[in-house]
Amino acid sequence: MVEEQSTSLEFQEVAPRVSEWRRFWRVFLQRKIVLFGLVILGILVLTAIFADFLAPYDPYTGVLTDSLEAPSSQYWLGTDIQGRDTMSRLIFGARTALLVGFVTTGVAAAAGIILGLIAGYFGGVTSMVIMRIMDALMGFPMILLALLISSVLGAGIQNVIIALAVAMLPGYARVMNGLTLSLRENDYILAGRAMGATDMRTMLRHILPNALAPMIVLVTMQLGTLILAEAGLSFLGIGIKPPGAAWGAMVNDGYRYLTYNPVLSFAPGLAIMIVVFAFQLVGDGLRDALDPRLRGLL
Amino acid sequence: MAELLKVSNLVTQFKTESGLVKAVDGVSYYIDEQEIIGLVGESGCGKSVSQLSVMQLISAPGEIVGGEVIFEGQNLLKYDANGPEMRSTRGAKIAMIFQEPMTSLNPVLTIGQQLTEMLELHMKMSGDAARKRAIELMSLVGIPGAENRIDDYPHHFSGGMRQRVMIAMGLSCNPKILIADEPTTALDVTTQAQLLELMKDMVQRFRASLVIVTHNLGVVARYAQRIYIMYAGRIVESGTTKDIFSKPRHPYTIGLLACIPRLDEEEGRKLVPIEGLPPNLINMPPTCAFLPRCAYKVDKCSREPWPPLTAINGNHYISCYANTKEK
Amino acid sequence: MTAYIIRRLIMAVIVLIIVTLIVFFVIRLLPGDPLIIFLGQQATQGAITEETLQALRVQYGLDKPILVQYGNWMWGILRGDLGESIYYHEDVGKLMGERFPVTLHLGLVALVLSNALGIALGIVAAVRRGTWIDSVVTVLAYIGVTVPVFWLGILLIYTFGLTLGWLPIAGYTSPFDDFWLSTKQVIMPIFCLSLPGLAGSARVMRSSMLEITRQDYIRTAWSKGLRERAVIFKHALKNSLIPMVTLMGIGVGIIFGGAVLIETVFAVPGVGRLLVTSIFAYDYVVIQSGTLVIATIIILTNVIVDISYGWLDPRIRFG
Repeated sequence: MVEEQSTSLEFQEVAPRVSEWRRFWRVFLQRKIVLFGLVILGILVLTAIFADFLAPYDPYTGVLTDSLEAPSSQYWLGTDIQGRDTMSRLIFGARTALLVGFVTTGVAAAAGIILGLIAGYFGGVTSMVIMRIMDALMGFPMILLALLISSVLGAGIQNVIIALAVAMLPGYARVMNGLTLSLRENDYILAGRAMGATDMRTMLRHILPNALAPMIVLVTMQLGTLILAEAGLSFLGIGIKPPGAAWGAMVNDGYRYLTYNPVLSFAPGLAIMIVVFAFQLVGDGLRDALDPRLRGLL
Repeated sequence: MAELLKVSNLVTQFKTESGLVKAVDGVSYYIDEQEIIGLVGESGCGKSVSQLSVMQLISAPGEIVGGEVIFEGQNLLKYDANGPEMRSTRGAKIAMIFQEPMTSLNPVLTIGQQLTEMLELHMKMSGDAARKRAIELMSLVGIPGAENRIDDYPHHFSGGMRQRVMIAMGLSCNPKILIADEPTTALDVTTQAQLLELMKDMVQRFRASLVIVTHNLGVVARYAQRIYIMYAGRIVESGTTKDIFSKPRHPYTIGLLACIPRLDEEEGRKLVPIEGLPPNLINMPPTCAFLPRCAYKVDKCSREPWPPLTAINGNHYISCYANTKEK
Repeated sequence: MTAYIIRRLIMAVIVLIIVTLIVFFVIRLLPGDPLIIFLGQQATQGAITEETLQALRVQYGLDKPILVQYGNWMWGILRGDLGESIYYHEDVGKLMGERFPVTLHLGLVALVLSNALGIALGIVAAVRRGTWIDSVVTVLAYIGVTVPVFWLGILLIYTFGLTLGWLPIAGYTSPFDDFWLSTKQVIMPIFCLSLPGLAGSARVMRSSMLEITRQDYIRTAWSKGLRERAVIFKHALKNSLIPMVTLMGIGVGIIFGGAVLIETVFAVPGVGRLLVTSIFAYDYVVIQSGTLVIATIIILTNVIVDISYGWLDPRIRFG
């Protein structure tokens, strides 16, 4: 009878790992719209990487005599006041968008997750201090906070990244805090501690991996928000300014010349929207594939 | 007494990402007036789904695709799930109570509100009359100080108390049938016993029939007059309680009974669990679903499709080709 | 319940104090001597003597140690003195007083619109899940969340202002002065302001309702034979009040954030635009007080939302 018992246990253990992964991919790639989003992102990444080859002209210097040209076969989307080709600037703008998007999110997520994990796990005064600071940061409209910090730090892409990261990290911290609080109550945490697991070990090996899935979804969805925020900032004149190629700044530039060539403003704005849209789609797809129950949370 | 409810060849399926699940695959049973029957089977065998199907409470991705539910001379499945006929049947003629008392009551409404809404809807009572009746019902099911507790919220009650409230709600409109879906599974043993006793008393008092859906044979042994054993979406054995317990004939039933420790047997008997695992309901083979776990199988079992329910004697039916009498 | 409220209020005060610290010290890190920058606009460099500079420093209190400056500022705030703008040479309180009603006008209308409509659409989409209504709402919500609002503003200005000439492309008039003109001017900015909130609300409410309708107690409600209206409005909706209220709280923050961009695009003289101008002008006085006011409003709103949870959730209200 003992052998019979172990056979049935064995049977159960082998199955889950492989099929979980496969199930995830199957559900994730199942919806065409998610695939659509992935394709767009793929195009974006490729454009950013191969910008040098794809752009027909130098995005930073223009031919002054060709200033404010309408879209033509020579300049597909026309030129701006300095004679710079809009198409090329659009292509290089992808690089800025991705760079800022990924790096900022990486920094913000890392910082936010760590803070949220510590706050949620240790509770008490630590939690209070950390979470109140997060609350205070969240009391500022995101754009305003980023604006404030970037003006303190000065121009330059690194400073925009820092500013945006600070503005975005409280959101991550709060979600991570909530997740940690609920995960902390699970019996396996107690079991681990009964076996002598240290705090560090519990946090890193037990809580963090279980919070990973919803955090990944959050990160993907926030990437879109981040790109919008960065666009807003460069629109206002912070961060990357012309001759640098940033979509938000391009929209601002084109605003003045709306009557001459509206495409100058339209094209970069549309690009922003498409990219954010793609991130949103992929984020939703990820969430549904990982755990549809998260729909209520995220 | 007349047949109150007759279910014939009920088929309910679910579209999942892995395939089509036939949760209920041709189930037929009946209930007489003022009768208590038991519907027994392990998790996933389709017993809950079958009852939800009778009430037409199945929603996407589930779908009732076949069969008849004859109640008061009409086939309930012909009616629109949210139409006036089903709505006037639910709660008023056929009522249901569920497994989880914790989550089955609305946390933001008082117990009184949840009781009176049924009385006002089905019994056309006025607010005051409904409130009075609700208090009566609460006392009837054994909630002390009902008058003071009627404006309390569900979280003020313990699990057992909440289930009593559910029972009160279930019987409030004098239904002909009360379906109890695993009513005591989430409760401790003492409360279980109390609640079952209460349910028996209540249905007798209200002259209703009771369907106890459970995985615990012990629960139905005492209270049910007839029992249906379900496996993998079908009924595999049915009969009076006495028949089932003293002369079980389907290998699954025999296996189930062998797992139960009994006070009246010899010491030292080993509990024999049933080998194997419950079947995956997707892509079921046409043969008997219990075959992989069966200790009594014969050649015929692997060649023929799922055996039909045949009478052994009187009201005792089994779905089996093997002759289990020999072992 | 009272304990709940008191705790929330104490927390809010702590958070507000932290906000003042953040506002003050971050701004102090602004590069450059604000005085020089300001004066640089007025006269050429070098024409200012060191004594004048020092006198001005004393006048603005910039010569004191930083903690004292913080103390002075906070003391002033608590008495209602928001300082004097370096750039505008006006009392900040007066500046804010002029700008706030404008932002309020646009913001409140946008808030009400985005919340009321968004919540309603979200609920309808959830209840009629899978139908064309659901699809339309979902798509619109997606667009609303992904569109850059400043770009949308420009798009609208181009279409309705420049090309079609139906609406004025910039500026603001008080509705009390000229109602019709004011309305025509605010249509586009309000639309842009409300869109992200509307989309967000719709999505959240839809998720929320879908989640709620899958709960056991909803199944119980159906099994009692209630009609759909009763199940949705009496049983489901009451449970969604908390997400609804949360959305209203978040909405305020979104509106202020949007105001910064929209007021710039549409040249509306509101608080958002004031702050942007001040940040570029390094007018720390306005930045300090202005940011503080906005942050305080947002935090107070969130405290009210928090407290209302306690009232809405019977588990907290009735213990």
